[in-house]
Amino acid sequence: MEVKRPLPQIPSPVWSEVKDLQEWEKYHQARADNDKTSEALASIADAIHHMPGGWIVTTTTDKIFNWARKSSIWPVTFGLACCAIEMMATFASRFDVERFGMVPWASPRHSDLMIVSGTVTIKMAPMLKRIYDQMPDPKWVVSMGSCANSGGPFRHGYHVVKGVDRVVPVDVYVPGCPPTPDSLMFGLLKLQDKVAEFQKTGTRPAPAPEG
Amino acid sequence: MTATQAVEIIREHCEVEPTLEGGLVTIRMSTERWLAVARVVRDRLGCHYFNWLSAVDWKDKGLEVICRLENLDHGLAVLLRCQLSPGQSHCPTLTGLFRGANWMERECYDLLGVTFDGHPDLRRILLSEDWEGHPLRKDYAVDMPFTPYR
Repeated sequence: MEVKRPLPQIPSPVWSEVKDLQEWEKYHQARADNDKTSEALASIADAIHHMPGGWIVTTTTDKIFNWARKSSIWPVTFGLACCAIEMMATFASRFDVERFGMVPWASPRHSDLMIVSGTVTIKMAPMLKRIYDQMPDPKWVVSMGSCANSGGPFRHGYHVVKGVDRVVPVDVYVPGCPPTPDSLMFGLLKLQDKVAEFQKTGTRPAPAPEG
Repeated sequence: MTATQAVEIIREHCEVEPTLEGGLVTIRMSTERWLAVARVVRDRLGCHYFNWLSAVDWKDKGLEVICRLENLDHGLAVLLRCQLSPGQSHCPTLTGLFRGANWMERECYDLLGVTFDGHPDLRRILLSEDWEGHPLRKDYAVDMPFTPYR
């Protein structure tokens, strides 16, 4: 006969039964072992309080907004070269970044992230800048692959921008030629970490073109 | 028609000396004979397929415009090589004979700066219209500043 271990039952505290503030604090921090709700909330909350009659989560607006931001980063569908094939593989079901809340969206007006996947030619750079300008703030850029990072094998060519950071500000650089979907996913997770620490709101100044 | 017969026909109708390199009939000439030879190759040899046109920068020896015409029925290929004199960049256009030469000559003008006289629409085709210089020339500096992204 199987004997089940009884689940620990923490009685709901009632203010009238509590003697002093220290005891009340203890009730604040106690959580049941099978409590999944507060575990999930603990990642975003500064403190979780068990008040009589239910849970109360206290947090800061920055944290809760950044949690929302990083959980639904929509990259604009913007494939430039062979790296775009790896980017498509990342979006597809095998690697599936949709579990991070990333949906490739075919409009810059609804997007938060631009993945520059491939060689940026001098002729393409104004269009890239224009798409970046059409995205609403706050927005992020991932530079994917050697070409977007620095020009790559075409650095000494006559027609290639030597790094997309000469056109738009870049948040995460993903190395590789092309980067595997794993690399890109790692970069996207790094971006999520960065978004979680995002503090400034409003527009960022675009880099002034040199020369 | 074999390549040897083609060499005979060209020698008969044009004042040029074709050579046979493998199965490829190669004709070297200057700009004066460019149109006449192309016309003979098209009409007498039946090379109606304009395969490609390009150019080479031989530095001190000047530019050389190269064009490949083919007769698909007989498996015959003719390579026309037109040596421009040093410092010169003008060449007659082939668009009157082959309409397909239009874009190839535009590309050649864009990247190598060969001006095809008589071309109906000689604009840049690959690079933007405000580009300075012709990048496949040997004297084109790779690190030439180009605003605003270099």
